[in-house]
Amino acid sequence: MSDILREYLPILIFLAVAIGLCLAMVIGSLVVVKQRPDSEKVSAYECGFEAFNDSRGQFDVRFYLVAILFIIFDLEVAFLFPWAISLGGIGLFGFWSMIIFLGVLTIGFVYEWRKGALEWE
Amino acid sequence: MDAILETYVIPTAIILAQILAIVVPLLVAVAYLTYFERKVIGAMQMRKGPNVVGPFGLLQPLADGVKLFAKETILPAGANKIMFAMAPMLTFILAMIAWAVIPFDAGMVLSDINVGVLYLFAISSLGVYGVIMAGWASNSKYAFLGALRSAAQMVSYEVSIGFVMITVLLCVGSLNLSAIVEAQRTVWFAIPLLPMFVIFFVSALAETNRAPFDLPEGESELVAGYFVEYSSMTFALFFLGEYANMILMSAITVILFMGGWLPLFDIAPFNWIPGPIWFFAKIAFVLFFFLWVRATFPRYRYDQLMRLGWKVFLPFSLLWVVLTAGVLVAFDWVPAPVLG
Amino acid sequence: MIQALIFYVFAAITIASGVMVVSSRNPVHSVLFLILAFFNAAGLFVLIGAEFIAMILVVVYVGAVAVLFLFVVMMLDINFVELRQGFMKYLPIGLLIGVVIFAELFFVVTSWVIAPDLITAAPAPDPNAVTNTHALGALLYTRYVYLFQSAGLILLIAMIGAIVLTLRSREGVKRQRISEQLSRTPDETVEVVKVQRGEGV
Repeated sequence: MSDILREYLPILIFLAVAIGLCLAMVIGSLVVVKQRPDSEKVSAYECGFEAFNDSRGQFDVRFYLVAILFIIFDLEVAFLFPWAISLGGIGLFGFWSMIIFLGVLTIGFVYEWRKGALEWE
Repeated sequence: MDAILETYVIPTAIILAQILAIVVPLLVAVAYLTYFERKVIGAMQMRKGPNVVGPFGLLQPLADGVKLFAKETILPAGANKIMFAMAPMLTFILAMIAWAVIPFDAGMVLSDINVGVLYLFAISSLGVYGVIMAGWASNSKYAFLGALRSAAQMVSYEVSIGFVMITVLLCVGSLNLSAIVEAQRTVWFAIPLLPMFVIFFVSALAETNRAPFDLPEGESELVAGYFVEYSSMTFALFFLGEYANMILMSAITVILFMGGWLPLFDIAPFNWIPGPIWFFAKIAFVLFFFLWVRATFPRYRYDQLMRLGWKVFLPFSLLWVVLTAGVLVAFDWVPAPVLG
Repeated sequence: MIQALIFYVFAAITIASGVMVVSSRNPVHSVLFLILAFFNAAGLFVLIGAEFIAMILVVVYVGAVAVLFLFVVMMLDINFVELRQGFMKYLPIGLLIGVVIFAELFFVVTSWVIAPDLITAAPAPDPNAVTNTHALGALLYTRYVYLFQSAGLILLIAMIGAIVLTLRSREGVKRQRISEQLSRTPDETVEVVKVQRGEGV
């Protein structure tokens, strides 16, 4: 096993330990404690009313827009990571290359700002 | 037989022991963080806080834990049962495994991977799943609304956290967390990058859904947000996960900006104290700010929250990335890439 | 040996969850299986030493793209009975497209060879000597600058496209205008009324 993988093995074991721990906690409580469900206990909480309708309805398209914009900025950050740590090795050209990249995306950012995509009411 | 024992069993046992040495103190710390929170907020509101169970109320967290364990686990009839149970477990597991890469002292780290910062960034970007799954699986309107708000909020502040991490990385030249701490020997990054430090701390508040950004839980309107339907241990797992995340975020703040395990000044009385103690003391200091903020500020409104994230933090942190890189390149201060 | 074992576990889970993505009836479960597949793929990347790609896979695909998928399938009111109705009608076309894609893939895979001098010409850096992130950073922004800039342009188009497609301005919403709030003076907003005794305002 190479050195890199040797460092990742503890994470895998840690994952197994964490899964085991939380299963033990939930199942332990389920087994030890007496369970007496009734129809009022297991109905959805709605301030004393019966639920009027199914809760999974449509909602504002803005939430999708936020998710899409997040993907784009997340990708931008992903591009920045290798740049940030190897800036010493790629010199001025690498620096200006990234500045142009960020400039292009800033145009998009200004556009969405002007269009009001960042407004909430 | 001996060969198998030596190559597989013993290393695994050592790793398991190390993991337990992280997990057990972490769970104790989470329990006492709740106590600490109630005491601090109590003091700020001229109350005593918990003082009945045990001396100074010190056994209160244990009593709370036993109470939660002894409650009935309710699975709502309309819920998607498997996902309903998986959501709190996911939150808890993510809050735990992130600790695998945190360095407590020079060389004292469970898995010293090259991409430590990215690992933490990845784990924190997964936190949103526990919330969405809980909100959707509960099939309750409060839970659903809380989950939606929370998802959009966490996602929005994630971006500024990414940019802040980039500014720190620019000054280090490595993604390894130990290298980041070592790079702060001369000066903590909190000083040259003070605005980024503030942005990171505020984004950490939003990322952990803490006051004043606790809209997903907004008890006055959404009663408890995405975990309104949870009880017993499933609720306790959410609770543990959230507080463990708070400690984790404080630990990341300390590593990125406050010099990790390094002493305050590298002179005689300070560097006698071992590194881990410095690390824990700094984490406790940051956590105190988390609690202080909760006791002081009123809750944000949702449009204000989104405006702060997208219109203030995002452009400002992006500008600082460019500025930092520009200054480093102009004065030829760029750190040489740490190879290998 | 352990490495091989872990590889087979990851690979098996990836394939199994890939099958579940296609075959599970509830689309939310499909997305969750997709996430599981991404995770195991990240594990496979780590196994070949590509740790940067593994982390980026988790950050971008699981942390961002799958969140959007989950938003869409959870919250859009899709009637799945209705969606399934046209299934038999479109089956022949679907099968035809499937066969064409399969044939194309078959030709691509069978006729594809690695140039024999390529491996010696551009050796991959040794992952134990230089981290993948540095190796990537050393090439991406300088040698592959045009590809990098076109990635930026694609992101710009995606951003503008998303806004054009989804943004609807609604009428009659109240917005907070901070400048107006701050520039208010008592003269404009407060009116002092002298009230006579025994009468209302």
